[in-house]
Amino acid sequence: MKTDPKGVLVGSHYLSGNHACAEGALSAGCRFLSVYPIMPALEVSERFLARAKEVGATFIQMEDEISTLAAVLGASWTGKKSMTVTSGPGLSLMMENLGLGVMLETPCVIVDIQSVGPGLGLPNRPSQGDMMQARWGSHGDYEIIALAPSSPQEMFDFTIKAFNLSEHYRVPVAVMSDEYVAHLKEKVVIPPANKIEIEPRRYYEGPKDSYLPFKRDEDLVPRMVDIGEGYKFHVTGLTHDDRGYPIMNEECQEYNVHPLVWKIRNYVDNIIEVQEVHVEDAEVIIISYGATSRAALKAMEQARNSGIKVGSLKLDTVWPFPEKRVAELAKKVKAFAVPEMNFGQIVLEVERCSYGNANVFFVHHGEKGVENTDNILSAVKQAAQQNSVKDGIIECE
Amino acid sequence: METLKTKKMKEVHPMEDVLRMNRIPHIWCPGCGIGLAVTAFAAALEKAKIDLNKVAIVSGIGCTGRVAGYIKLDSFHTTHGRAIAFATGIKVANPDLKVVVFSGDGDLISIGGNHFIHAARRNIDMLVVCVNNFIYAMTGGQVAPTTPLAAYATTCPFGSVEPPINIPYLADSSGAVYVARWTTLHIRRLTNSFIEALDKKGFSVVEVISPCPQYYSRINRLGDGLDMMKFYHDNTEIRHGEDTKNLDIGFQGKIIMGKFIDRERPSYTERFD
Repeated sequence: MKTDPKGVLVGSHYLSGNHACAEGALSAGCRFLSVYPIMPALEVSERFLARAKEVGATFIQMEDEISTLAAVLGASWTGKKSMTVTSGPGLSLMMENLGLGVMLETPCVIVDIQSVGPGLGLPNRPSQGDMMQARWGSHGDYEIIALAPSSPQEMFDFTIKAFNLSEHYRVPVAVMSDEYVAHLKEKVVIPPANKIEIEPRRYYEGPKDSYLPFKRDEDLVPRMVDIGEGYKFHVTGLTHDDRGYPIMNEECQEYNVHPLVWKIRNYVDNIIEVQEVHVEDAEVIIISYGATSRAALKAMEQARNSGIKVGSLKLDTVWPFPEKRVAELAKKVKAFAVPEMNFGQIVLEVERCSYGNANVFFVHHGEKGVENTDNILSAVKQAAQQNSVKDGIIECE
Repeated sequence: METLKTKKMKEVHPMEDVLRMNRIPHIWCPGCGIGLAVTAFAAALEKAKIDLNKVAIVSGIGCTGRVAGYIKLDSFHTTHGRAIAFATGIKVANPDLKVVVFSGDGDLISIGGNHFIHAARRNIDMLVVCVNNFIYAMTGGQVAPTTPLAAYATTCPFGSVEPPINIPYLADSSGAVYVARWTTLHIRRLTNSFIEALDKKGFSVVEVISPCPQYYSRINRLGDGLDMMKFYHDNTEIRHGEDTKNLDIGFQGKIIMGKFIDRERPSYTERFD
């Protein structure tokens, strides 16, 4: 399926990450945006609104981030691709309805422009402090998909990808950006509408009276219908059967909730995308995502110039975590260096998936600037000198 | 006798067009008023001249939160307090739909109070049915924002010290275009209010005072469901157009009912266009 050309602003543009995100959403066919004002995410809604009329999109500013995501879920069931944009404190409030979105298997996209926490933190500085919250923030067991863009171009591309994944797997998808990428201005190339692949909604096509809202296809994803089409379906956030009726026992919990996990886990190879550079001969691999990848790639070049064999693994998909690839690489390299703009979140996954086969160095990144490579370089140098594998994560100064 | 043998009798529930019969029996306790509110609503759906394919119903959490599951419409059982927010998304994304929120006082007025205020202020075109039983019943009888002063609940064993909220006054001052209150004894008037409100463009609120024999009545020693109905019979007064400021409900005090507000104001989706 190709996109509606009205939403696609074809051409080469000089855009901020936030504006590129809004353009990506419009290109993906997003026609409903609900937000609550928050720094540093609000430019996405402003850009979206500026273009809303010409593409026939709808917008509402809600009273808080709780209702924002609730409205997005409601809107999605009318057949409109729906999205919200927020930052850390807003993401915290959204966790309640993120769980509902998972349980109702409602396609939607949540863009999180991460800023520094905890609490009110530094709303105008970048961080990667919400990565674990995106994965585990709502109560109960579930799987989620999260992408991490590192440039305005990727803000555009990954927003489209997020909508596609969300429609395909019927799960809320998070675009985990940050203040740096959101406000960074770079060239963004928007291809013509017929060159953009769009995943259509997986509609039910059988007879009306035999529709079951949670009857799963082979790949465990159920089919949707829109409100107002005469199906008179029911869905509930309680544990439910195929009809969407609540069933309060363990058997139904297994029947209903286990597939929420397996519909993602069974297809991680189709979902996960990573970018690898110079991994073939690398002794040390820098594993990074989002804005930090910019410094990681530079540090890799600098290290190579000084004779250290360094590679880069950039995680475009952070959740589900590319554990198979990390485990494979751990057997080949001396060490991983993991720079993050937090106190160590994704590094925990890297360490887990290394299974003791490689050293894992954590680099607390960003205090000297997002594009500064000093601390990554020094970690890489340390890592290259280690000849035995040490337990646990090695913190770098 | 002959004809009786050959003709197959099929028992049909009179409201099976609007109720999900495969979900009956419902979960509500004997004497509970929610079933009556649902009956009145189902009757209104049948009588109102609306395309039932184009009506969505959303509930939050609690005893009344289960209503959406029993009504044969596109129906959603959502997070606690967020039914109005979820419904707002539906209405704004597809203004051709009629949206009904059916939930309890704790859900709509306590945890969902902010959404109630702002949906009324925006005048989102939806009917909000608030079943008020003065207590959190599903969790076993805790004090609610509607529990009358001095009434008992499990979390106020010496009587409630919090003045309760006046739901019609809140709706009125927040901008609702239609506000009415009835008890579950006044089924005919309640049904008529539902029909009027379904036809109304804008944020409409119908408060339904309902008995909760299992929790509210038991801890306050008010008898069973029938005793509460007798109480409603003897202690209610209809005052259409009454100033909503005067609609506070005291413990076992007089309950003023009627249609208090019926006015015109452009709805959100009308203004948006």
